[in-house]
Amino acid sequence: MLADKDRIFTNLYGLQDVGLKAAMMRGTWDGTKKFIDQGHDWIVDQVKESGLRGRGGAGFPTGLKWSFMPKESDGRPNYLVVNADESEPGTCKDRDIMRHDPHVLVEGCLIASFAMRAHTCYIYIRGEFIREREALQRAIDEAYDANLIGKNNKHGWDFDLYLCHGAGAYICGEETALLESLEGKKGMPRLKPPFPANVGLYGAPTTVNNVESIAVTPTILRRGPSWFSGLGRPNNVGTKLFCISGHVNNRCNVEEEMGITLRELLEKHAGGVRGGWDNMLAVIPGGSSVRCLPGDTCNDLHMDFDSLSALKSGLGTAAVIVMDKSTDIVRAIARLARFYKHESCGQCTPCREGTGWMWRVLTRMAEGRAEKREIDMLLEVSKQVEGHTICALGDAAAWPVQGLITHFRHEIEARIDAYAANPDHDGAVTMQAAE
Amino acid sequence: MPTLKINGSEIEVPDGITLLQACEMAGAEVPRFCYHERLSIAGNCRMCLVEWVGAPKPQASCALSVNDLRPNRDGSPAEIRTDSEVVKKAREGVMEFLLINHPLDCPICDQGGECDLQDQAMSYGVDASRYAENKRAVEEKDIGALVKTTMTRCIHCTRCIRFVTEIAGVPELGATGRGEDMEITTYLEKAMSSELQGNVIDLCPVGALTSKPYAFSARPWELHKTETIDVMDAVGSNIRIDTRGREVMRVMPRLHEDINEEWISDKSRFIWDGLRSQRLDQPYVRKGGKLEPASWQEAFAAIAKAVSGTKPEKMAAIAGDLSAAEDMFALKGLMDNLGVANIDCRQDGARLDPALGRSSYIFNSTIAGIEDADCLLLVGCNPRFEAAMLNARIRKRWLRGDFPVGVIGGLSDGANTDLTYDFEYLGAGPESLSEVRSGKHSFFKKLKSAKKPMIVIGQGALARKDGATVLSAVATLAVACGAVGPNWNGFNILHNAAGRVAGLDLGFVPGENGRDMEAIVTGAMAGEIDFIYLLGADEIPGDRFGKAFVVYQGTHGDQGAHRADVILPGAAYTEKSGTYVNTEGRAQMANRGAFPPGDAREDWAILRALSDVLDATLPYDSLSQLRTAMFEAVPHFARIEQIEPGQPEDIGRIAKIGGRLGKSLFESAVRDFYMTNPICRASRIMAGQSAAKAAERGEATGTDG
Repeated sequence: MLADKDRIFTNLYGLQDVGLKAAMMRGTWDGTKKFIDQGHDWIVDQVKESGLRGRGGAGFPTGLKWSFMPKESDGRPNYLVVNADESEPGTCKDRDIMRHDPHVLVEGCLIASFAMRAHTCYIYIRGEFIREREALQRAIDEAYDANLIGKNNKHGWDFDLYLCHGAGAYICGEETALLESLEGKKGMPRLKPPFPANVGLYGAPTTVNNVESIAVTPTILRRGPSWFSGLGRPNNVGTKLFCISGHVNNRCNVEEEMGITLRELLEKHAGGVRGGWDNMLAVIPGGSSVRCLPGDTCNDLHMDFDSLSALKSGLGTAAVIVMDKSTDIVRAIARLARFYKHESCGQCTPCREGTGWMWRVLTRMAEGRAEKREIDMLLEVSKQVEGHTICALGDAAAWPVQGLITHFRHEIEARIDAYAANPDHDGAVTMQAAE
Repeated sequence: MPTLKINGSEIEVPDGITLLQACEMAGAEVPRFCYHERLSIAGNCRMCLVEWVGAPKPQASCALSVNDLRPNRDGSPAEIRTDSEVVKKAREGVMEFLLINHPLDCPICDQGGECDLQDQAMSYGVDASRYAENKRAVEEKDIGALVKTTMTRCIHCTRCIRFVTEIAGVPELGATGRGEDMEITTYLEKAMSSELQGNVIDLCPVGALTSKPYAFSARPWELHKTETIDVMDAVGSNIRIDTRGREVMRVMPRLHEDINEEWISDKSRFIWDGLRSQRLDQPYVRKGGKLEPASWQEAFAAIAKAVSGTKPEKMAAIAGDLSAAEDMFALKGLMDNLGVANIDCRQDGARLDPALGRSSYIFNSTIAGIEDADCLLLVGCNPRFEAAMLNARIRKRWLRGDFPVGVIGGLSDGANTDLTYDFEYLGAGPESLSEVRSGKHSFFKKLKSAKKPMIVIGQGALARKDGATVLSAVATLAVACGAVGPNWNGFNILHNAAGRVAGLDLGFVPGENGRDMEAIVTGAMAGEIDFIYLLGADEIPGDRFGKAFVVYQGTHGDQGAHRADVILPGAAYTEKSGTYVNTEGRAQMANRGAFPPGDAREDWAILRALSDVLDATLPYDSLSQLRTAMFEAVPHFARIEQIEPGQPEDIGRIAKIGGRLGKSLFESAVRDFYMTNPICRASRIMAGQSAAKAAERGEATGTDG
């Protein structure tokens, strides 16, 4: 279990004052000038050395990503864009950072921008986050007023930080759709290559990072990369914010060491699964878009990137959604399918057509109004979506369905049998078109 | 030059092309819907997925540059497969997704038989559907009288959106909604206003956008296809006319990189209903003030009677805008035999003179040459209405950037006119031209500093009393700014009439002591001209011919026929083989797709027959004999497809003409894009478009109810 002294987000719950003065007492903005003085590449190297992997879901090494940015400008500016469009169902970690510990993020933005030779940084915040935007804007204004950022600031690196408010579309959390939206266009993912590091915001080299990835960097520099890499398990180091929701006794956000076992995480921080550990039917370990895992496979489950992907699931955003045995898992996944159908941008064929198809079939399956051969068909459809789309939303829509079929095929079959065995299903035939 | 291994064979491909193009070069067919080589890359249909051996997922080949394909670790070229199981599966998957919400209404779909979705479903799809849910239905859109929508069939390839945004430059189409609720729409149920909108019909890979006028009238396989040339403007767009029996059912564009690429304007495309109505299908003779049907013999006899008592100085001939070179050559021959010098092919009165050299009346830079230019000045023309395809080329060049465009006059709304590109409005009349010419205007510096400046003069600036002076003034400017040289000739005349350049090439202008168009009509009013032969000349009001005996040879009951004393029914451009020379001076051959209606005949044949009756027999009995004679007179007509360049030195000579510029402002010769010739005026489709445009401008037309 993570010791209190090792916590990066010391005001995650907003128990203390949010303002700049209090944040500085907690250590934010301490010695920032010193880091800046050591140069761009030193920071990148420190982050590389720390082994920090992106906290947005894909887990790409952050330092490596930063090093892709051009060191010599060809006339175009470099940009840092912070992805605060936190919309993954079950995930609410960035939200707490922004409303309770925003100065950590603001400082991170300066350091990361400096490391990537960017004078401008945009934070793209989710449309539904109103209070969070206010809190973050307040923090930015405070930092400007204290001359921590802005032109001719204390740190000697001209730096402007803008907060941009989205309009509430899940797809705008995809980095290139986010850039489109930031440019004032429709939020539709771009084709890659070219990658944002070459052609990003307004055609200039851009790095898009998750809020948490940026917010942890000042502390990494302050405490040294070896401190960070000393936490967790090999290749999966550091601390991580976990968002625990669903059927636990105490739903919470908590900062923990990477690689903590699921059981420890739930029992220490969330008061355990409702009705006891054995009452857990399934868990979605990393936000709605990873494959779910049945409860009985989770006894020694380490919560990190590599362990979870070995199980064909993923750490994602580390949003743990716990489902106990009272859950109708088919309906639950059908609801997720509806989410992806609703949030598909409609640009490319497999996702546009496939998400609706999967949702409709799953809705029928949740009632049992389906045939068993359709289970395999559904699996195949999900495979036809996966990997064939422009962005990862197609994959995100396919994985929950694949997880359901891999682990809970028997549930679906039982549902279908029950429906078929009942000659009059209380007349409740839902009309698809009317829904 | 990256090297790739495509389906097992190594191939070296040029830099910068897409993987899809590389696959095509290697002979591997790649299916696609959204990709179009003239539009930006969308990469959204996912039909073109190919396998890049070693990559975790199949790649969209349309969006992948060959330069992004890294060689393998061992240095061997990247391996691409379009024939593997992965690719087959991917294609089947995408095809299935495209079809699940696509209605199975091929039997009642106008795209049937030429549908990309149909064809590719046959080649790359599976035989049965697994989709048991309800199909999506999309509300119909009304986007105007030309393009019919059946949006349920839309597969969201966004080709139409990209076309109107990029090529047409009138961004009226867009997508609203997201996911499976995405719809292509004009946002506000507004009719499209682009002159190039018909092209979205060709671009649409399915039956979502089809031709409204052509709806349900024919199937592609029952049409006879003839490749020919369009005459609706002087651009000479290459077209294909599809006929069934005697009727032209539709007009399609044909590829010509140097003229129309693969687009055509709406006027070229939807003109075909004008070929069916108001047609002259038998000769008429005016008896007792009334036109009455007559036989060819009677009509010829009436003409012979009128000619016999008339001196050659009192006779005249005017050739119209749509006349083919052969027709004008025959008429000129006839007039020569009769000793008549009063002939003119410039029925708008444009002050162009073939004696000044060919470069004084053609578009010297060529249409494709616009892409090389780096500065443009338009004088007295609105290319969007006068030559929509040429305008698209200007826009194409402008999109590349660094292309200042200046405009003097010719725009009805002045600086507020939408030409589909930005321009600097320098003024409306000759004064602005003088200012630029004197070098005082800032735009002169732009022209001067440009490497390949272009100046385009419209007929609106030439068809006026001081037309020759305007021509000379522009020539002075062209010489002064360095637009004319051995390697680049930036002095350009933009014509509106398809037959005009051929007429000037043939010398269909007043002979020695002859009268030009203006002098002919003045003479007719004064009683000095007693006999006028109109070859499809319909732009001169009938009351300007005074008491003269008028023969009208043409296709439609338009202005000329109304005034005529004898009507001889001729053949329209789709009904005869003829040579047309476009504004660039490029000779092209039009072919016959259908036969003229009723007793109507090919125009040269009418003139040949008439010449017999008038005892002025023309020395040829067949079209090929006529052509032999014509090629002897004008050798470059024989060099089909080629441009006989003008001499740049001529421009310097024109510059010396000088004269006093008038005061009146330059106006475009074409105010209404849809109403420029007798065929347009007989077309209901064009009338509808014209009325809709007028209503949009807030002008009542009398036909708007």
